[in-house]
Amino acid sequence: MDAGTLSSIVTVLFFILFIAILWWVFKRDNKQKFEDAGNLPFQEDAEDAGKRRTD
Amino acid sequence: MEATYNYKVVRQFSIMTVVWGIVGMLVGVIIAAQLMWPTLTEALGPLAPYLSYGRLRPLHTNAVIFAFGGSALFATSLYIVQRTCQTRLLSDGLAAFVFWGWQLVILLAAISLPMGYTSGKEYAELEWPIDLLITVVWVAYAVLFLGTIMIRKTQHIYVANWFFGAYIITIAILHLVNSAELPWALAGGSWFKSYSAYAGVHDAMVQWWYGHNAVGFFLTTAFLGMMYYFIPKQAGRPIFSYRLSIVHFWALNFIYMWAGPHHLLYTALPDWVQSLGMVFSLMLIAPSWGGMLNGIMTLSGAWHKLRTDPILKFLITALSFYGMSTFEGPMMSVKTVNALSHYTEWNIAHVHSGALGWVAMISIGSLYHLIPRLYGREEMHSVRLINVHFWWSTIGVVLYIASMWIAGVAQGLMWRATNLDGTLTYSFAQSVAAMYPFYAIRLIGGAMFFAGMLLMAWNVWKTVAAGKAVNDARIPQAVTA
Repeated sequence: MDAGTLSSIVTVLFFILFIAILWWVFKRDNKQKFEDAGNLPFQEDAEDAGKRRTD
Repeated sequence: MEATYNYKVVRQFSIMTVVWGIVGMLVGVIIAAQLMWPTLTEALGPLAPYLSYGRLRPLHTNAVIFAFGGSALFATSLYIVQRTCQTRLLSDGLAAFVFWGWQLVILLAAISLPMGYTSGKEYAELEWPIDLLITVVWVAYAVLFLGTIMIRKTQHIYVANWFFGAYIITIAILHLVNSAELPWALAGGSWFKSYSAYAGVHDAMVQWWYGHNAVGFFLTTAFLGMMYYFIPKQAGRPIFSYRLSIVHFWALNFIYMWAGPHHLLYTALPDWVQSLGMVFSLMLIAPSWGGMLNGIMTLSGAWHKLRTDPILKFLITALSFYGMSTFEGPMMSVKTVNALSHYTEWNIAHVHSGALGWVAMISIGSLYHLIPRLYGREEMHSVRLINVHFWWSTIGVVLYIASMWIAGVAQGLMWRATNLDGTLTYSFAQSVAAMYPFYAIRLIGGAMFFAGMLLMAWNVWKTVAAGKAVNDARIPQAVTA
């Protein structure tokens, strides 16, 4: 197989992979999971609420 | 003993970000002045050769990208990875090694570039002994960052860490491939000179594959990591669409790698590679704007915060410049536009729209959020001064890029103008003379941005002086499994 065919195959595979990522991201079952993930930066504050760092 | 975060290395890098920002931008102001007055530094006698434009220009680019931008990225990535993985850094010793190693790289650059040691590759000028040191420090950084992710207490890896991870891995590959070079010492020559392992057009392609991905992964992907943490934190609400952030991440990664050839349009590079580079560059608009809108829309329903919070102004304005420069970039990579814009001041406008408007402003905003937290303060010493800094920076950038846009288009048009008999209408010297008023405006804009950094330094100084280094920030007990 020459380099041109190989890189064509890789390009198509990457494209399919990207479509698969899109499908996985927008799947309804995953909606809640990703919303929770978006709240990760705030978990620390929920824990720290009422105990602000003033030291 | 209660588990705590490692804030020391974050503090060290945060302070050095301000220091290197001032140094790098001062050198920028000096070379902008040299373009106005070419004999400016000649009066310095024996010192003059070390401060000539040709030696200071790479010092400026290396200082602002790798010293200022690099320190900002080390500080924020090492802070974010701890906070969002709810764990301390993998190793305190490794963190100290990364800090001191990177400072040594910067010091060696600051000495070797004015002395004229250069491998001649743009943004990769440093000679091979320094390249080896960079490799060691970078591997240590990769182990530290990725190792911290591996020992995380949270189940999910927050999107900012994905962006930083892609940046760390890609920069390692870019550095290794582009800096493949043969020291002249092997052939009995100087110890401080090397030659690229590639020749001719291959060397050019490798260089701009490196060059553009340094823009893509150092100056874009990594600072997006900063954006995905600090904008939600400062706005007090999660990112507009977490799902869009994942698409943003993968789309950027799949597309960026092939945009490099747009730096070599109308050269000896095969025509199909040029077209490929142009098409990939055009496609980049989609993920770039998706990411920009994702960040800006985070404020949806809370726009009033922009009126009162100068830190948020910095962060959101940075995203606006990100949007502008990621629209401009693909346009400039269109061959017919490039025929006018390439090699002109338009490039300088584009670069600074990205570097000052996006990279510097998102870093400055993030630091204003970060520094009080590292020193046990509620906020910076003077919030009013942050607002002043914001306006100086914004007006400075606008003066800078507007003048260079006009200068670039004028330059391009003058170079291509021909008389009826086919001879050139303008000599090159005439196009240089036409630049003077624009160089003056650029100098003013750049000096304003630089002055803003001095305000920041004073504000940081007062904040640190009245605060106390936080070394006992408690790690919350992991709640989710």
